[in-house]
Amino acid sequence: MRRSLFGRIWPNATAIILFAGFAFPVYWMFSTAFKPNLDIVTDTPVWFPTNYTFEHFKTVFRADHFWTLVFNSVTVTVLSVLGSLVISLFAAFAMTRMRFKGRRGILLTFMIAQMAPWEVMVIAIYMLVRDADMLNSLVPLTLFYMVMVLPLTILTLRGYIAAVPKELEESAMVDGCTRTQAFIKVIFPLLGPGLMATSLFGFITAWNEFPLVLILNKDIEYQTLPLWLSQFQTAFGDDWGATMAASSLFAIPILILFVYLQRKAVSGLTSGAVKG
Amino acid sequence: MSVQTERADRAGSAPADTIRKGDAPRGGPAAARKNRAGASVPYLLLLPALLVTAVFLGWPLVKDGMLSFQNLNPRQLILHLTEWNGFDNYSEVLKSSDFWKVVERSVFFTAANVVLTMLAGILIGLLLARLGKKMRLLLMLGLVFAWAMPMIAATTVYQWLFAQRFGVVNYVLDTLGWHSMADYNWLGTQFSTFSIVTLLIVWQSVPFVAINLYAATTTIPREMYEAASLDGAGGWKSFTSVTFPFLKPFLLATTFLQVIWIFKSFAQLFAINGGGPDRLTETLPVYAFVEGVGNQHFGMGAAISFLTIIVLVALTGYYLRIALKNEEDEL
Repeated sequence: MRRSLFGRIWPNATAIILFAGFAFPVYWMFSTAFKPNLDIVTDTPVWFPTNYTFEHFKTVFRADHFWTLVFNSVTVTVLSVLGSLVISLFAAFAMTRMRFKGRRGILLTFMIAQMAPWEVMVIAIYMLVRDADMLNSLVPLTLFYMVMVLPLTILTLRGYIAAVPKELEESAMVDGCTRTQAFIKVIFPLLGPGLMATSLFGFITAWNEFPLVLILNKDIEYQTLPLWLSQFQTAFGDDWGATMAASSLFAIPILILFVYLQRKAVSGLTSGAVKG
Repeated sequence: MSVQTERADRAGSAPADTIRKGDAPRGGPAAARKNRAGASVPYLLLLPALLVTAVFLGWPLVKDGMLSFQNLNPRQLILHLTEWNGFDNYSEVLKSSDFWKVVERSVFFTAANVVLTMLAGILIGLLLARLGKKMRLLLMLGLVFAWAMPMIAATTVYQWLFAQRFGVVNYVLDTLGWHSMADYNWLGTQFSTFSIVTLLIVWQSVPFVAINLYAATTTIPREMYEAASLDGAGGWKSFTSVTFPFLKPFLLATTFLQVIWIFKSFAQLFAINGGGPDRLTETLPVYAFVEGVGNQHFGMGAAISFLTIIVLVALTGYYLRIALKNEEDEL
């Protein structure tokens, strides 16, 4: 079927317009972050900046508590993801490689838990944490984030464990390994890409979490970056350059992880374990 | 993500039948004892996961239910009093006209966002399938950028795009001849605030739909189109007779997922304007937060939350039924 000239052009033209539309906010964030104030506070926007400055990033780095918040965010995110990975490894292994009563029910529990409305549960969580006298602390945040990312971690890890051929494990046991040894020596090394991809999904969730930290930690010493970022513009009195610099700094790790994940999440599942 | 999960499940259930061979006892009483102990192994492995889920997810849910039957205002909070008041919170919430306005608003907000997201997502997904390799990659890149932007960072960027002074949107509208939009305060009215949030949510949700839809179209066997065109089907006919029926289960599941995700959106609405102006952009999750925590009517807030949770759990249950049914159909 031959297509007319118009028929060939419009999809490409639409694609370019859509690309511009989807990418523009991200472009505008980065470009504003590097523009000198004169190019930001202007009646005619500077679409393609020619002057660059790092002044806004310096403002962010010098902001009160910035490094504390970075430390808090990184600590909470890394610990919660690690915790959920360890717990998930056990659970996912049992779910994929063993047969037992109630397996379907447990699977369903995790599927429901994955959709849990955390945003709406904050009041109850606040009361529980307050009764435990743990407001303004990183511990409850870490634990709740861990459980927040746990169901997805289990469900994705199952896929990766299932992708490791059973024969590999069996032949290791024929060679005299116990089941535990077979897991540690055969399955675990092959799970590398799977663990990476899974933990990155968890990382994104925990790094972005907002409602819980909003309600639990009023003391800035114990807050995290998303909460700080949401109040940044007010605190800095419409300093858009600095606000965009802060947003960029917050977004960069996720953008990099995500682009990387797009490939990894697919190749991790499909790459054959047998050939290695 | 959900698509991947379902596939993983299918892959996961197959080997389970044969694996018992590994633990099969080789005879003798010692081996039998070992086997009995072995039967508890899966539960032991699952114990930590189930335990933390019960404590940190189950308990707050139960707690929310309990709080919703209590009179809990600052006085009771400070003195650590537990005052049960039966269904008072619920009857007060259900009788208040504010609550029903919020419900109505939440429904409209969710419906508008889901319809826009699905329409745009489907059209862009089909466009992706039609594009050449290079252009597809370009458009995918744009989509992935929008998808990957952290919610709060995206919200601040939209605040800047739509800023009253020096915001680029107002400049463009003014230049295009809509002069009243110069220095327009987007956060000043209910409709304009919702418009920004809707644009923001649709911008962030479309990539998921479009990319997954494109991925789903690539699994449609070529022969089906060939058969359709042999039968004389044109472009539109082959879409309605091949593409659409093939994608229908996927579309149904994705729509439900979007309904759930958008219905419970909190961060964007709260961060962009705190539910303002005049509390006019509060949807149920924001309303529960502002009533419960902001105005310190914790019992009331818990009742509103619990009603919202019930709606969400019902939606989730329905979604899982669709998702699991698809999976069985495919088997």
